[in-house]
Amino acid sequence: MLSMFVIPGHDRRLIPEGRLSGPMPWVIAIMIFLTVLAAASGLAFAEAGQNVSDQLASRATVQIVEANPDRKARQAKDAAARLRGMALIEEVRVLPAQEIEELIAPWLGQTSGAQGGQDAGSLLDDIPLPALIDLKLSRPAGERELQAVRTAIGALAPGARVEPSSGLISPVISLVRSLQWIAFGLVALLAMATAAAVIISARAALNTHKETIGVIHLLGGTDRQISRLFQRRIALDALLGGILGLICGTAIILLLGMQLSALGSGLVQSLGLSWYSWLLIGTVPILGMVLAMVTARMTVMGALKKIL
Amino acid sequence: MNEIVQFENVGLRYGAGIETLSDLSFTLYPGSFYFLTGASGAGKTSLLKLLYLAQRPSRGLIRLFGEDAVTMSRERLPGFRRRIGVVFQDFRLVPHLSAFDNIALPLRVAGVKEKDLTTPVAEMLDWVGLGDRAEARPATLSGGEQQRVAIARAVIGRPEILVADEPTGNVDPEMAVRLLQLFEALNTLGTTIVVATHDIHLLSKVPGAQMMKLEKGGLSDPTGSLRNPPLPRDRA
Repeated sequence: MLSMFVIPGHDRRLIPEGRLSGPMPWVIAIMIFLTVLAAASGLAFAEAGQNVSDQLASRATVQIVEANPDRKARQAKDAAARLRGMALIEEVRVLPAQEIEELIAPWLGQTSGAQGGQDAGSLLDDIPLPALIDLKLSRPAGERELQAVRTAIGALAPGARVEPSSGLISPVISLVRSLQWIAFGLVALLAMATAAAVIISARAALNTHKETIGVIHLLGGTDRQISRLFQRRIALDALLGGILGLICGTAIILLLGMQLSALGSGLVQSLGLSWYSWLLIGTVPILGMVLAMVTARMTVMGALKKIL
Repeated sequence: MNEIVQFENVGLRYGAGIETLSDLSFTLYPGSFYFLTGASGAGKTSLLKLLYLAQRPSRGLIRLFGEDAVTMSRERLPGFRRRIGVVFQDFRLVPHLSAFDNIALPLRVAGVKEKDLTTPVAEMLDWVGLGDRAEARPATLSGGEQQRVAIARAVIGRPEILVADEPTGNVDPEMAVRLLQLFEALNTLGTTIVVATHDIHLLSKVPGAQMMKLEKGGLSDPTGSLRNPPLPRDRA
């Protein structure tokens, strides 16, 4: 590929190169700008989905459903003690009543207990909420692991339900994954649009320089020699446009990142880009250039084949 | 004497029209000098196009340098074209290149190193009387100067065949004679020359040159050279 850029100056003059003078670099700049935004969105969604999945994959919740508050408390205590003794379980945390109240507060409103902590049992006295035990397992909470937990506490708390935490947020994860694939689909569509723009540009350039190409051909120039001139010209246009698009795209991403961070909301806050995502985004102009170069080569070679 | 070009029953038709060239059969020999004459529309340029591989015939056989040029693959054509020098009737200079770069073009296409082409191109510019116009673009040159650049470009690579379409059409008589002398010098070095011209008087300026005459797409052979190899020019 490097040989494409080391064409001697006199050969380069055969097909004049007007840096940023034609529409091509600007079209590529817009395409790369949009591609960078789409790719960043896709990568951010992918990372957010993965982070949340990873965090919840090894967590499970035990709900102890028992109408009698004393029996419920005793069953929770016994089950917690039993679970702490299992090699499968890394962490066991019985959620305090106040925390359970805070969890349901968005639906049922604040109680005095949740507000001041002085009358913590008031809502729990009125509604038979289950006791909750948060578990962190030493491995992802698959059906086998959950069954082991159920078996362990089955005799101590017959009404206990064991559920993986990931199940609770799976619709959100599913949505995030959909958004991720939509973003990557946009990247693919933009790549196709860029290739189409390059084809149009290469054909226009071929038409403009038809006479020169004819002369080079009749003097013994090969298709490869001629196509290299166009490849180089279009690749440089794409690189210039791509860098411009990358700079603008990165600026927008950073601005949006700052605004999202300011929101301070759980899943939204987990939307971020790791260093390797930035690395991938950084390669977008290079990939754009390679795409433009290959497309230009195929277009020019195809057109030249129609000439004797 | 081995033939350098051989045409057998060659016909050329553009699209669905009548044949521009019909049943051309002739042989060109290395180191010979041919004039191709004929009225406008007789098919001179079409015949030259077949010679410099810009066109394939509709029928017949063309052998060039001993190989079948009709069925030759596209990939092999550039190598053969480099052995042929062409002076186009409309010059076809690259408009954004200087006279120097236009003349250097065949050498650069052939991969000659930059340090090896400066001297021959400068010498060629001097030979055609344009030593002081090396950096001039075609648009700033007169018709005659452009023609001389086109001729210099055609001969710079020391081709085995030189095909020239009306090469003296835009130059004064004195320059026409100089250009013919250049062709003769090249011919003496072994290049086969084919010059298409309206000017019948040019024939007398090149002793021993053969004449091919095109009439309504067919070829006549006034000097008989197309049936038999011509005598070497120094004995003609």
